[in-house]
Amino acid sequence: MSLGRTAADTRLVFGRYLRQTLRSKVAVVFGAVQPLLYLVLFGPLLSRLVDVRGFGAGNAWQVFVPGVLIQLGLFGAGFVGFGLIGDLRSGVVERMRVTPVSRTALLLGRVLRDTAVVAFQAVMLVAVGLALGLRAPAGGIAVGLLFVVSLSVAVASLSYVLAMATRSEDAFAPLLSAVTLPLMLLSGILLPMSLAPGWLDVVSRCTPFRYVVDATRAAFLGDYATAAVAEGALVAAVLLVVSVWLGARRFRAENA
Amino acid sequence: MIEARGLARTFTGKHGTVEAVRGVDLSVAPGEIVGFLGPNGAGKTTTLRMLTTLLAPTAGTATVAGHDLRADPGEVRRRIGYVAQGGGTDPSIPAGEELDLQARLYGVDGRAERIAKLCARLELEGLQERPCAALSGGQRRRLDIALGLVHRPPLLFLDEPTTGLDPQSRGNLWEHIRSMRAEDGTTVFLTTHYLDEADALCDRLLIIDQGRIVAAGTPAELKRRVAGDVVTLELADPAGAAPAREALSRHPSVREAVVAAGVVRLTVEDGERQLMGLVRALDSAGVELASLNLARPTLDDVFLTVTGRSLRDAA
Repeated sequence: MSLGRTAADTRLVFGRYLRQTLRSKVAVVFGAVQPLLYLVLFGPLLSRLVDVRGFGAGNAWQVFVPGVLIQLGLFGAGFVGFGLIGDLRSGVVERMRVTPVSRTALLLGRVLRDTAVVAFQAVMLVAVGLALGLRAPAGGIAVGLLFVVSLSVAVASLSYVLAMATRSEDAFAPLLSAVTLPLMLLSGILLPMSLAPGWLDVVSRCTPFRYVVDATRAAFLGDYATAAVAEGALVAAVLLVVSVWLGARRFRAENA
Repeated sequence: MIEARGLARTFTGKHGTVEAVRGVDLSVAPGEIVGFLGPNGAGKTTTLRMLTTLLAPTAGTATVAGHDLRADPGEVRRRIGYVAQGGGTDPSIPAGEELDLQARLYGVDGRAERIAKLCARLELEGLQERPCAALSGGQRRRLDIALGLVHRPPLLFLDEPTTGLDPQSRGNLWEHIRSMRAEDGTTVFLTTHYLDEADALCDRLLIIDQGRIVAAGTPAELKRRVAGDVVTLELADPAGAAPAREALSRHPSVREAVVAAGVVRLTVEDGERQLMGLVRALDSAGVELASLNLARPTLDDVFLTVTGRSLRDAA
């Protein structure tokens, strides 16, 4: 299958799912409500903690907004597998698979739509953050958004792999929260892991999102040339490549 | 159009290995409407999913629409249409959008005209703006078929096309399937567990049971394989029963003749053709008839003969 064909098919699949999303604008807005609530109802508590040792440099929003952004990437993209299960049940997946469409495009078109939605919500989130008192360099915010985008590509791909493997909401939902909740807690999304006792810090360093969160925080402080950003970029890149490869392999498998 | 040899599929699950299809040989000629008849779980859908590239066979080979199933699935996909049992539309998406996407996925030239023509033919005009969930069962089924036909495939697979439809929609759908063949020469391979559908629609039937094809032929041929037709003769005068029976027993086509209360029941080979001869035999014996009835064996009798079970019980 040629690259051109895959690209053209990806655009078709992306268009279909984007139209489906635009048809339910309400869902896009409500998808961003949960992280917004964290921002509005939880964020202000943190401004009291800025002076605690280990909280990190900068103003509380510079620590908190990056965390909520990564949380958005994790949960916004994590749940996309439900849509695939719906399509498996309605027969849409099979109907498309019997056409000559590129199998990889069936994954990429979906993932790009999911990423576009998360990117839109992330921009909304940053705008609200700025209104609440976030101060960060524009370049840092751009780098942070880049992290969110690459993370959503990876997480959405993995969500589809999990959905393909389970094929039912009843199995997918508990498995999803069993995976995402510890990953979220260990990534230091809500409070920086620099506050953690030694053992928790060690466990946290074994999970990928920790590095992405730290890198995004560093970027929001304007510290681009740091080990944190480099590590985060490396982890995000590896995660992206491995996840998309796993997803593509699963979608190309003949009896998926 | 289809040549399959030894096609088999085994599923390995928690509860051990299931041989869903155990070596199916089948041939379908261009322009035929072939029915795949069998109870639920006989292996119909599994066979269909193998022939449509959705499921890799564990053994066997097949050429579908001129291309090898394993070596060239892409070329097979270009030339076949497939309508799954449950359809394949998103309830929230307008029918027209589904048709347009399908045409793009197949790279159909002149999409708009093709879709307009299909909608006209399948009585879907004016429904294109409607979300698929707002269509009636019959309309949705016709939309599924339109989706399967959008790229003018020479071969169309239909999995249980009329399950869940009311009798009127079923008859209507049969008409559409026949007209597809008549107008475009489309070869149709369909599965069904309805005997009347197999009988009314199909040129040829393959009966599958427990993963194997147990009988094949035209509906008439298959029925002829069963013991024979039943002819029931009611006599004007019950006293004529004995001479009637004697006259009829001598007729070469009669296998068995039973008399009860002025009614003679005959088991006859090829009853339709022999009926005149039977009446003449009675006439020359001087027996007067009150009524005459010929009952042909049904496909259920055929299924009973080849599997030892009734299709209704098996389903």
